[in-house]
Amino acid sequence: MTALLDIDQLLDQMENGLRQALQQRGIEAPALIGIRTGGVWLADVLSKRLGIEEPFGELDISFYRDDFSRIGLNPRVKPSSLPFDTEGRDIILIDDVIMSGRTIRAAMNEIFDYGRPASIILATLIDLGARELPIQPDVAGKTMALESHQRVKLRGPDPLRIEFQEAGQ
Amino acid sequence: MTANDSSPHHLQLTRDGQLRHFLTLDGLDRALLTDILDTADSFIEVGERTIKKVPLLRGRTVVNLFFESSTRTRSTFELAAKRLSADVLNLDISTSATSKGESLSDTLLNLEAMASDMFVVRHSQSGAPHFIAESVTPGVAIINAGDGRHAHPTQAMLDMLTIRQHKGQFEGLKVAIVGDVLHSRVARSQIRALNELGAEEVRVIAPGTLLPKDVESLGCTVEYDMARGMKDLDVVIMLRLQKERMEGALLPSEREFYRLYGLSQQKLALAHPDCIVMHPGPINRGVEIESAVADGPQSVILNQVTNGIAIRMAVMSMAMGGQVAERQQKLSERGQA
Repeated sequence: MTALLDIDQLLDQMENGLRQALQQRGIEAPALIGIRTGGVWLADVLSKRLGIEEPFGELDISFYRDDFSRIGLNPRVKPSSLPFDTEGRDIILIDDVIMSGRTIRAAMNEIFDYGRPASIILATLIDLGARELPIQPDVAGKTMALESHQRVKLRGPDPLRIEFQEAGQ
Repeated sequence: MTANDSSPHHLQLTRDGQLRHFLTLDGLDRALLTDILDTADSFIEVGERTIKKVPLLRGRTVVNLFFESSTRTRSTFELAAKRLSADVLNLDISTSATSKGESLSDTLLNLEAMASDMFVVRHSQSGAPHFIAESVTPGVAIINAGDGRHAHPTQAMLDMLTIRQHKGQFEGLKVAIVGDVLHSRVARSQIRALNELGAEEVRVIAPGTLLPKDVESLGCTVEYDMARGMKDLDVVIMLRLQKERMEGALLPSEREFYRLYGLSQQKLALAHPDCIVMHPGPINRGVEIESAVADGPQSVILNQVTNGIAIRMAVMSMAMGGQVAERQQKLSERGQA
C-alpha cells in the first residue's frame, strides 16, 4: 500500500480545511507556526496559499520532548523562532505527520512558554492514526494507516514530496 | 576502546561519542565542540523568552560543589540549571564539611546518597573533577567549573561562542591572550579550543615570568612586547591578574604591569578596527584594562556573561543526555543477554 500520494491534492485539502475551520470559528488573523522540519516547509506553502503576510513561526521541540530520559538530547537542535507574540493569538499549528501525538503535546507546551494563545488549530499533512495521547488534528490532508514495517516522510522544501520507506532502511 | 579507560577522553565520552562528563577540552574534536556551540545558540533563544525555562532536566538534582569561591561562574551555573528546570543545591565547601575534617570521598558519598544527578565542581587542585568522575556512581555527570591551573572548559566555550557570534567563523582569525597565562586555567582551555576550531593564530602576550614553561607546546606563538603583539588582531582576550595566586615577586608592580600589558585605547588602536575585546571577569579596571576600553564599543565582556548561561545549559543537558542514553543502552543490552 505504497500508492503514491499527490502532494498538491493533499495541500488543497489542507487549505480548504483550514479556510473552513477559520470561518467556522470566526478567526480573521491567524498566526502560523510550523514544527521543524516538515511542518516549517508546509507553513511556508500554506501561509502563501492562505494569503497570510505575517511571517510564520518555526518551532524546534527538542527541549520539550518527553523521551529525554531515554535517548538524551537531540544533537541537531536549532533555535525556535516565533516572530510574533503568541499571547491572545489564534494559532494554526502545522506538522507533516501525526502519529502518537507526543510531538504536538511537546509543541503546545513550548508555545505556552511564549504566552497564552487564544486558540490553537492543528493541521497535519498526513494522519497515520496510532495515537497514544488524546490529541486530534482539526485538519488533515490525508488519513491513512501504514503497515508496521512502513514509514512515511516528507522531503523538501523544493519540491515537496512524500516518501514511503520500508523500516530499517 | 584502548587500554587507558581512565584518560579524560574516555571518561568524558560514551561509547558512541556523546558527552557524559565535561572535564576538559582535551580529546573533544571539532565536531563535538561545534555541537556544543550550536546547542548553546538554541539556549540563547530560550533566554530571550518571557518564560526562560525548558523542561529538560525537570526532577533532576544538580549540586554546585564549590571548593573555591566564585560568584559569576557559580551563579551562571545555578541559573543555567534552573532554566533547565533542575533542582539546584549550592554547597560552598570551603566554609563547610571539609573544614570539619570530612574527606572529599566522604562528602561525595553523602551527596550521592541524596540522589544527585550532576555535580558541578570547582576546586583549587588540578584534576579534582577528573578524580570525582572516576569514582562517582554511574549515571551521575560531572562538570568541571575550573580546577587549579588545569582547565576551565565552560569559560573557554562561552568565549568561543562569543567569538563565533561576532566573527562568524574561526578560520583566518588572529586571537591574542594577554596577561597572566601562568596562573590561568582559562588560557589553557582557550588555546586548545581555538586550535581545534581552526583559528589561524593563537598568540600569548605576557612577561616571561607570567608564562608557563614550554608555553608554545600548547599551540600558540609568544610575544613579549604588547605593541607588536596587538598587530592584525581580530580578538584580544585579557586575563585577570590573579593576585591571590601570586607567589613570590613575579611582577614589579601593578602600575608597571598596566603600563606594559594593560589594554589601553592606544594599544587597542593597533589591532584591526573591528577587533573585539574579551575578559573572563572579574575585571581589575586600571590593572589589565582601561575603563574606556572595558565599557567601549569593541568590548563584548557582558555578552560573555550572557553566553555563559547558554553554554552551561548546553553542556549540562548534553552530559545528562549522554548519561541517560548510556544507562538505557546498558539496560537494553542486559535485557538481550
